[in-house]
Amino acid sequence: MNAVEVNHISKRFLKEKSNVDALKDISFDVKRGELFGLIGPDGAGKTTLFRILTTLMLANSGNASVDGLDVVNDFKEIRKRVGYMPGKFSLYQDLSVQENLSFFATLFNTTIEQNYHLIKDIYIQIERFKDRKAGALSGGMKQKLALSCALIHKPSVLFLDEPTTGVDAVSRKEFWELLRQLQQQEITIVVSTPYMDEAGLCDRVALIQEGRILQIDTPKGIEQKFEQPLWQMASDNMYQLMIDLRGFDEVKSCYPFGQHHHVVFKAGTDVAAIERKLLERNHHQLEARLIAPNIEDCFMELMTTTAHESH
Amino acid sequence: MKQFLFFIRKEFLHVWRDKRTLLILFGMPLIQILIFGFALTNEVKNSHIGILDNAKDDASRAVIQRLEASRYFEVVENISSNATLEPTFRQGKIKMAVVFPVGFQNELLHENKSTIQLIADATDPNVANTLVNYASSIVMDYQNDMRGRLDLPYAINTELRMLYNPQMKGSYSFVPGVMAMVLMLVCAMMTSISIVRERELGTMEVILVSPIVPMRVIVAKMVPYFLLSAVNIASILLLSVFVLDVPIQGSLVLLVSECLLFTVSVLALGLLISSAADSQQTAMLISLMGLFLPTIMLSGFMFPVENMPIPLQVISNIVPSKWFYYIVKNVMIKGLGFDFVWKETLILGAMTVFFLAVSVRNFKTRLE
Amino acid sequence: MKAIEVNNLTKRFANFTAVDHITFDVAEGEIFGFLGANGAGKTTAMRMLCGLSLPTSGEAMVAGLDLNTHAEKIKRRIGYMSQKFSLYEDLTVRENIRFYGGIYGLTNAEIKSRTAEVLANLNITNEANVLVKSLPLGWRQKLSFSVAILHQPKIVFLDEPTGGVDPITRREFWTMIYEAASKGTTIFVTTHYMDEAEYCHRVSIMVDGRIEALGTPKELKANFNAEGMSDVFLKLARKAKRGDD
Repeated sequence: MNAVEVNHISKRFLKEKSNVDALKDISFDVKRGELFGLIGPDGAGKTTLFRILTTLMLANSGNASVDGLDVVNDFKEIRKRVGYMPGKFSLYQDLSVQENLSFFATLFNTTIEQNYHLIKDIYIQIERFKDRKAGALSGGMKQKLALSCALIHKPSVLFLDEPTTGVDAVSRKEFWELLRQLQQQEITIVVSTPYMDEAGLCDRVALIQEGRILQIDTPKGIEQKFEQPLWQMASDNMYQLMIDLRGFDEVKSCYPFGQHHHVVFKAGTDVAAIERKLLERNHHQLEARLIAPNIEDCFMELMTTTAHESH
Repeated sequence: MKQFLFFIRKEFLHVWRDKRTLLILFGMPLIQILIFGFALTNEVKNSHIGILDNAKDDASRAVIQRLEASRYFEVVENISSNATLEPTFRQGKIKMAVVFPVGFQNELLHENKSTIQLIADATDPNVANTLVNYASSIVMDYQNDMRGRLDLPYAINTELRMLYNPQMKGSYSFVPGVMAMVLMLVCAMMTSISIVRERELGTMEVILVSPIVPMRVIVAKMVPYFLLSAVNIASILLLSVFVLDVPIQGSLVLLVSECLLFTVSVLALGLLISSAADSQQTAMLISLMGLFLPTIMLSGFMFPVENMPIPLQVISNIVPSKWFYYIVKNVMIKGLGFDFVWKETLILGAMTVFFLAVSVRNFKTRLE
Repeated sequence: MKAIEVNNLTKRFANFTAVDHITFDVAEGEIFGFLGANGAGKTTAMRMLCGLSLPTSGEAMVAGLDLNTHAEKIKRRIGYMSQKFSLYEDLTVRENIRFYGGIYGLTNAEIKSRTAEVLANLNITNEANVLVKSLPLGWRQKLSFSVAILHQPKIVFLDEPTGGVDPITRREFWTMIYEAASKGTTIFVTTHYMDEAEYCHRVSIMVDGRIEALGTPKELKANFNAEGMSDVFLKLARKAKRGDD
């Protein structure tokens, strides 16, 4: 039995007098003990999907189960078993760290002592602030406290909706390390994030965009499905380089990637000839080399191909 | 059960930590009672009046003396002629003029009747009414004494009695009114805000995803405000008895139970608002416009319901504060027992049950 | 002339030094990345540079004006955009542009011509009269950037401008930034995306109120012997003692 099963879920909202499809026929499974990532930008439908799975919302069509229980019929049982950390860190700003934690523990009919081993690694980092009001904590600390609160009743499935948004890179890194440790406790974790670079930290990911799943696979699997050769290029004038490259008929796509541009050429293009043309246009220190694509390359590639299909 | 108690504890912490709101909640009834008790009374004291004495005889002087002696009036103008009467009013020097006819005493002695003209500035009808009433009762008093002395069988005595509130104290009628207002604010507004706040904060999502029964969440949210209200009711009653000298004529037990019944109905209204409001501001506006204003305008506390146009009278029937105001007025001030207010109590009780049922039914256990 | 020159700028709150003697400068037309962990003092520093809060000590020249004496004048010469708030959601695209044009004292003719320009550039001429809240997030962010540079400021401050946006829109956004910079506008940007730091010409990293590293991404990676900017950042920010405040 899978920890989470989603079958043809669709959800429509009435917004500004017109229907908006938040989720369009979504299906996927999450295996027991897996760290599963939903990767996509804001507005992709991640939060809606989480709310359906945590029984907070009803889908228009399709069905889903969590821990083998139906999200509509067995919602009471599910509410006892899942842990949920909504997008904004839902803590009582006027209660202290300790008060927040013991409140959520009691809410789930348990105590901090009973499951302390579960949250120990996380809580230890914030324990010295235990009398501080949650409102006075920094983003990273709030995030850890919210995770402790979601974990305190030893849920079998943990849903984390954008736990790393608005948190600095250090806290993000530490947070993912914590999730990895939690996996050892046999907790299934479903996590969503808009940061593409976090995909690599999951066992499997679903790339999601505009209510549709673009692809589901292991991060490696997704990268391997990128079939065209990907070139990394740079010169002394990056902005001009992008304009020039995009002007060439042979260039299929060219996106800036930090200090380089990632370029895909149409099949059969002579890249050396392109380089010569660029040198003629006064580009200096020209670099071009083949690289392996990352998740972001794949995501953009999938975005453009599905956009063509749907229009 | 432990879960539930913990929830209540948490609610108390919220209330307790927000010191400013707490101060307002406890301070407001105090200030309202004092403002209404001392500043805004419709009791009339030392009103400036003018006298146009065309008689200048013993009888007219005796009446004037009595008017001057009363603490309601202060004679500030002696008006010389009819012609100067109106200008004096226009200049705002006086609120009322007392006009004695020529030969006042003669008419009184020989024809056994005479007329004193009372002219009042009716720009504020309530004040004018009160003044005219005071003045006529003083004149009646005088007539009474005269009758006693002369023993005239046909002198007509139109005695005026101010029932239940012999000194026409303003405080009497506003104590139940203030009570209704304070309970509206504390219970309805604060309960709805506290629920909507959790929704805004996102904590409601986590609570809904937990095994706690939604009904318990609702009750736990109400408990602190229920207790706060109880404290407020007690402080209002204590203030009115010991500071404003408004006695509790009826049964204290009955009075308190009626107050608590009203508290519950208002709590249910607060809950109802919370399910309709999506932000704290909306919750606040709905409670102000939908509950607070009707309490002031339609409960009979500021304006007598009987004087309203029929449609408003009909509407006033669905305002719970109207019934509460009626009950408290009768129990506390008239000293009537349950026999006289059971119908109103039943109506209030039915409303409470209705509001509770609707609000519990409407309480969203999901997010849409 | 430098677009921004900061000399020993300090901001103290009661007994806490949020920004501790920072010194750096930004060249005209440069894309300058301003990084730091939560609570490192980034926001406070940026607020001072925008003229929103006065420094406790130190001086700074922004767009050729002294921060301590001409804070109000500075505001006319800079643009500002943050992720949290920039556009009025209940106004249409056109109304938003008109409003901001009005605030910065553009003439009606200027507002008209620049509105047409912005709409054409973003390819949203057909959506000119649509409420901003019904636009997709990515469009909104590109629009707020266009609005922030509507009055052709010398410097534009961007506070985490690309949070939550899809990768293609993010790159379109950065293309707009490049374009503005190539026309001479100085860009001062904060971000949590470490890969975005690599788009910047130069990057500074704040730790505990101080600037601990400053240089081109290449230099920083070489100095810290790191693979990417994210490693550089982690190596520096982990040293933070202040941690939580």
